[in-house]
Amino acid sequence: MQLLFESLFNGVAIGSVLLIAALGLAIVFGLMGVINLAHGELIMLGAYTTYVVQLIFKLPAMQPLYSFYVLVAIPIAFITSGVVGILLERTVIRRLYGNPLETLLATWGVSLILQQFVRSVPLAQAAGLVLALALGFSLPLLLPQKLLQGSRNRLIRFGSWCLSALVGVLFASILGSQISRIARATSRNVDVTAPKWMRGGIEWMDLTFPVPRLVIIVITIVAVLGVTWFLNRSVWGMRIRAVTQNRSMSDCLGIPTDTVDVLTFGIGSGLAGVAGVAVSLLGSVGPNVGTSYIVGCFMVVVLGGVGNLLGTVIASFAIGLLTDLIGAGRLITIWPDMPAPLERVVQFFATTSMAQVMVFALIVVFLQFRPSGLFPQKGRMVEA
Amino acid sequence: MTMPLLELRQITVSFDGFLALRDLNLNLKPGELRAVIGPNGAGKTTFLDVITGKTTPSEGDVMFKGRSLLGTREHRIARLGIGRKFQSPRVFEKLSVQENLALAVSCPKQPWSLLVGGLNGNQRDQVYHLMSIVNLQNRADWAAGSLSHGQKQWLEIAMLVGQDPDLLLVDEPVAGLTDEETDLTADLLKSLAGDHTVLVIEHDMEFIRRLESPVTVLHQGHVLCEGTMDQVQADPRVIEVYLGTTEENNG
Amino acid sequence: MFESFTTRTKQRFCWPQLLLWVVVIAVIVAAPVVLPVFRLNLLGRFLSLAIVALGIDLIWGFTGLLSLGQGIFFAVGGYAAAMYLQLNSSEGQPNGIPEFFSLYGVDRLPFFWEPFHNPVFTLIAIWFVPALLAAVLGNMVFRNRIKGVYFSILTQAALLVFFNFFNGQQKLINGTNGLKTDVTQLFGQMIGSPEMQRGFFWLTCLMVFLTWFFVRWVVRGRFGDVLIAIRDDEPRLRFTGFNPTLFKTIVFAIAGGLAGIGGALFTVQSGIVSPQYMAVPFSIEMVIWVAVGGRGTLVGAIFGAVAIMYTKSLVSEAWPQGWLFIQGGLFILVVTALPEGVIGWLKSDGPRNLLSRIGFVRPIGTYPQLEMDGQDEVQT
Repeated sequence: MQLLFESLFNGVAIGSVLLIAALGLAIVFGLMGVINLAHGELIMLGAYTTYVVQLIFKLPAMQPLYSFYVLVAIPIAFITSGVVGILLERTVIRRLYGNPLETLLATWGVSLILQQFVRSVPLAQAAGLVLALALGFSLPLLLPQKLLQGSRNRLIRFGSWCLSALVGVLFASILGSQISRIARATSRNVDVTAPKWMRGGIEWMDLTFPVPRLVIIVITIVAVLGVTWFLNRSVWGMRIRAVTQNRSMSDCLGIPTDTVDVLTFGIGSGLAGVAGVAVSLLGSVGPNVGTSYIVGCFMVVVLGGVGNLLGTVIASFAIGLLTDLIGAGRLITIWPDMPAPLERVVQFFATTSMAQVMVFALIVVFLQFRPSGLFPQKGRMVEA
Repeated sequence: MTMPLLELRQITVSFDGFLALRDLNLNLKPGELRAVIGPNGAGKTTFLDVITGKTTPSEGDVMFKGRSLLGTREHRIARLGIGRKFQSPRVFEKLSVQENLALAVSCPKQPWSLLVGGLNGNQRDQVYHLMSIVNLQNRADWAAGSLSHGQKQWLEIAMLVGQDPDLLLVDEPVAGLTDEETDLTADLLKSLAGDHTVLVIEHDMEFIRRLESPVTVLHQGHVLCEGTMDQVQADPRVIEVYLGTTEENNG
Repeated sequence: MFESFTTRTKQRFCWPQLLLWVVVIAVIVAAPVVLPVFRLNLLGRFLSLAIVALGIDLIWGFTGLLSLGQGIFFAVGGYAAAMYLQLNSSEGQPNGIPEFFSLYGVDRLPFFWEPFHNPVFTLIAIWFVPALLAAVLGNMVFRNRIKGVYFSILTQAALLVFFNFFNGQQKLINGTNGLKTDVTQLFGQMIGSPEMQRGFFWLTCLMVFLTWFFVRWVVRGRFGDVLIAIRDDEPRLRFTGFNPTLFKTIVFAIAGGLAGIGGALFTVQSGIVSPQYMAVPFSIEMVIWVAVGGRGTLVGAIFGAVAIMYTKSLVSEAWPQGWLFIQGGLFILVVTALPEGVIGWLKSDGPRNLLSRIGFVRPIGTYPQLEMDGQDEVQT
């Protein structure tokens, strides 16, 4: 019984990290047909955001609120990755819709640039840049529509970008002067320390549940529920689904497809930022932290069936449970007197990386029988 | 009576509960020319999908030359002697007209024979002959993607003929063609019948009339009636399904 | 001379091509004399990568299959060569097996090492094992009509599987440390010696030529037309009576075999093979060689691999931080602005268009071809 719970908990914990990491990808890939290989780097940005937020909360002025920095980091990470995602969509992806292989290559280029960016640019300046971008994108939306009409439009837009840049520079220099650790560029990994209440674990039935894991599970549940609600119940969610199904028809019906694209990609990227918060709680944060997740994320989406949120959820938990079952060698504990050759095989795969080998191999075998995943898209329009 | 070349027995196709075809029966004799008409959504294209192996029926059987085609993959069905022209012209756009036709007439279609040898004399003659039939001999080295819509239609018909199948399934061959081209296409298909068995799906009633062939009317996935064009047009059920369309053509 | 899928006119003999050939041959002859051993060695390595690039061009440029897992076949070829070399020079070692085994307390050679005592077997295994692997993996995917991005994602996952596997198996193939070849012996000489390296350079040049002729032979004629047809419209090809699965499996196997040959040549010239050859970024980098050079043009693949790798080594020496920015920028540039690649751009009158846009050359007035038979209007 104890073993069952322990195994179940570990599996769910691994699965929820996968799920939160893959959630944004499922939206971007499933709804927009964009293969975003920079998704891992957006996760990485979220993790770095958590680190910066943590340092800000360590400042004497913010010290009393330190224990809650994780909660503050979540929305900020969402915005950071979302803004970078929107920038990516506006500059590169927009030209490549309907051409998944090209998006794959272009976003890989973006991911390389982002990796080198966090190595070569001080985090303080990076934070300033993100703030400037966020302001620059949002200021025109905050202004009254009347102001933006007519000939002044360009001037006002230009002015708002100038203002944002100024704020960004100010913010960067203040951050840099206050927190020496992020004033200089470094390619070393950094560590996010959890606040006191998140250390240790909760004891229940002779079992210890590490609190960070529990926090991640909660974050994941909230994110999945939020996304489900947004896509299925809100007006913009409906518009997003409409554009996914028939872009030109949506255009004719007056849905602003351009805005929908930005929004969808922004949300998908923002979710990667949230995943970054979760990832930062698990280990040290470095420029390469995202790359270790990206392949797993794609496997989750493909296994679940592209464009199916429920499939993504089930697939990530299935992969999580399986990884734990194989990687921790639990099969031997469950069945102690298995035949020796079999035991040797089980032991062979009983490490984290070998478990991944096994799980991926199993997924490929599974796709032999169900080529379009657990929940394939049905209907007569699927294959042209 | 000879054995039918193609026989569809009680074919039912269901897409998530929606019945695209239900209980469809159809026989084609060798050398026959048959036209199939039906309003949109009657299941005309699905019906070709079933014959060519793209869609597996949930019930029923397809017999070709006395053997069942169920479970046979598309390329094998094509090699057995069933050729298909698609609704919107589908040619290999990056290949030239000549290369498109060369692929169609190639035989055997195995990697090794394609790798080591060129076309033999007969096949080369066949390619030139086909190009002259469809009036594309001056376009031989043009990329097929740069042809006009009508030229693509004809190229695809030429490819179909080049495959030399026993059964030609022709889906909307004259959509987007001029009147003159339409007449030529009708003559071409008529000349093919006899040696080949031809099944034509079309919306253009004048064209169907010109084919002077038996007509099968599909409606909501099954056969509404069969007969000559005049019989069919007089059938009250057909008039009901088509509303004014037949009247218009009569007038 | 070069195969292209957009314009397929008869190739005629012309002077620039002859000149190009003369230059290429002159460079190859002069390189060992002019270049220091270090540079020559780099050039040799990059040329062996060009062989891999030719394979990628075959499957991606012509057939439209974007594989992100060519590193598997590359590394397997490298391991095959390295295993033979290790065995060949391990006579003095304890138990007569390569030295590293003793670190992990292994005193018997793992079974799959045994055939690599034989040089002929090794020469065959270098290309045959990767090709077979590619055929099996490819067939599993193609059979289910998994294509496009799904194929790319699955090849990437397969790559990660192999990477993890090789990385974790110390007792079988020395795990993450890889197998060294530069201190091993062949024909009584050290692999790492300048003489041997020069020999490998010649061998690599020869192999690039042979590969180029081979791939050119494959893509010319109707077999190549079928590949292009697969890229254009695979379902249609099926209804014409061809079996695309078979063709795709064959070209994927060819590309795998070429990657294996490239991997073996790369290994002997860089002195080591390690699981890093199967790192995810490296395999994607291979794609950019072909993309920059020009997919669908064979010379483009060779040019792209050598040019990019050479730039990489120059930039990395001068400005180590800069390379990832440049490489990332290249990826974005090549899909947004230069989809045909450099060679494709040159062939499609790119320079003239650019010059005329800047204002150097007056644009040539082009007229539609005169129609001799008075046929209907020219459609474009």
